[in-house]
Amino acid sequence: MNIIVQMWRSIFRTGVADSPVHRVFRVVVNFLLHLHPARVSKDGIKLRYTFCLGGLSLFFFIVTAVTGGFLMIYYYPDVDKAYASMKDIDEIVPFGTFMRNLHRWAAHLMVIFVPLHMLRVFLTAAYKPPREFNWVIGVNLLLLTFLLSFTGYLLPWDQLSYWAVTVGTTMAENTPILGAQGPFSVLGPEEDMHFILLGGTTIGQPTLVRFYFAHCVALPGALAGLMALHFWRIRKAGGISRPL
Amino acid sequence: MANKTKEDALLRPKDVYPKEEKVDTWPYLVRKELIAILVFSIVLVVWSLVMNAPLEDLANPSLTPKESKAPWYFVGLQELLVYFDPWLAGVVLPTVILIGLTLIPYIDPDPVKGVGQYAFKKRIFAMFCFIFGFTMWFVLVGVGQYLRGPYWSFYWPWEDMEVAKQVEVTLTNLPLPAGIALIVCFFALGLTIPAAVFKNFYWKAGLVRYYITMTLFMFMMFVPLKMILRQVFHIRYVITTPWFNI
Repeated sequence: MNIIVQMWRSIFRTGVADSPVHRVFRVVVNFLLHLHPARVSKDGIKLRYTFCLGGLSLFFFIVTAVTGGFLMIYYYPDVDKAYASMKDIDEIVPFGTFMRNLHRWAAHLMVIFVPLHMLRVFLTAAYKPPREFNWVIGVNLLLLTFLLSFTGYLLPWDQLSYWAVTVGTTMAENTPILGAQGPFSVLGPEEDMHFILLGGTTIGQPTLVRFYFAHCVALPGALAGLMALHFWRIRKAGGISRPL
Repeated sequence: MANKTKEDALLRPKDVYPKEEKVDTWPYLVRKELIAILVFSIVLVVWSLVMNAPLEDLANPSLTPKESKAPWYFVGLQELLVYFDPWLAGVVLPTVILIGLTLIPYIDPDPVKGVGQYAFKKRIFAMFCFIFGFTMWFVLVGVGQYLRGPYWSFYWPWEDMEVAKQVEVTLTNLPLPAGIALIVCFFALGLTIPAAVFKNFYWKAGLVRYYITMTLFMFMMFVPLKMILRQVFHIRYVITTPWFNI
């Protein structure tokens, strides 16, 4: 057997021949591709229909997850070391700046593409039965995307991140009833929403560790789980929406 | 026959699709995905090579910068702080937005219209609401991000942000009875007039859907209303109480 063919077959298992059966097989037996049905609606996959927005959102999530893992190796969630480790990543670590840039810009693109995907789904009425609950899952994915980006914003521990997160978390102080400054507040400044969020009355070490945990473990985990449910429900609802 | 009816009851009508043209996922979908991923891989790599992620000086809690902005996607909410107190701009409005987004599939009275197509004319009201809200979010982000300088003063793009701005005009509050009257009228008219004018929509949606939809809609329209009151009539609060201001 030709060595190239042998290598190809060892990886893809379905051989190199092309026939309708091979095409179906190639999707069904492939770990990644089996997310898709073997055959899809011709109208549903038109570029001008989906603009690939959902798929690209997933792609940007994968990029941030991979580059985020790389950054985790060099980053210390400690107020005395965090900024220095950012400087290390930028100036000493091989490809550090590049990986940090990739992480940042892919995150921006994700925050742009997830709302655009939602816009596309709304404009094509794809939230209508039987896809109502998948829309609800999608709204939660949007919220998680924002929260992921927001928690990541604090980690560099520079002036930009410190004050941006101060602006954002001050809102929690003003929560009605549950915030110390909000209308009808019943909780003091050391037990309200703001305190729970920050682990203190101002942003400090407890905040950094909380945001680090949320950014690296809790939120990506929740996002990955909900995404799996999101994709599974697309299949169960009969694939990409299309004219009835 | 009896069997068939039972099975049909388990499936909602829209679960069953008419016959349609299908193509093989491999290669017709897979190659599109591959191209999209390659294009954006290139975009990301080039962007990361030519532009560095920002990193300013070490965080210093005792040195407040002249302008501290939230991350850009939340700047729209920060911009709303000009018009609303923080409990509204930062807590109540985002919560209402999330609740509204979540309820969309359940308050839309028509389960079929426009599915699978960009049918703007078939769903004028739905399209208007969503595009209006979506646009408002990003316009507010744009204003907050690019037109707000030190101390959140407004600067046109051709103005120098280094030049300090004069203090704004003095603002007044509406007297409490007038404010309450305004809000009650605003919501009462918003909830009743559409029911009288668009009878079809009212009957199709039903009471519950109709009132949820119109309440959310009026909440959304309250935001531009408050902006106009502030910018044109220099009104700071519509309602002033010892506990909260709106």
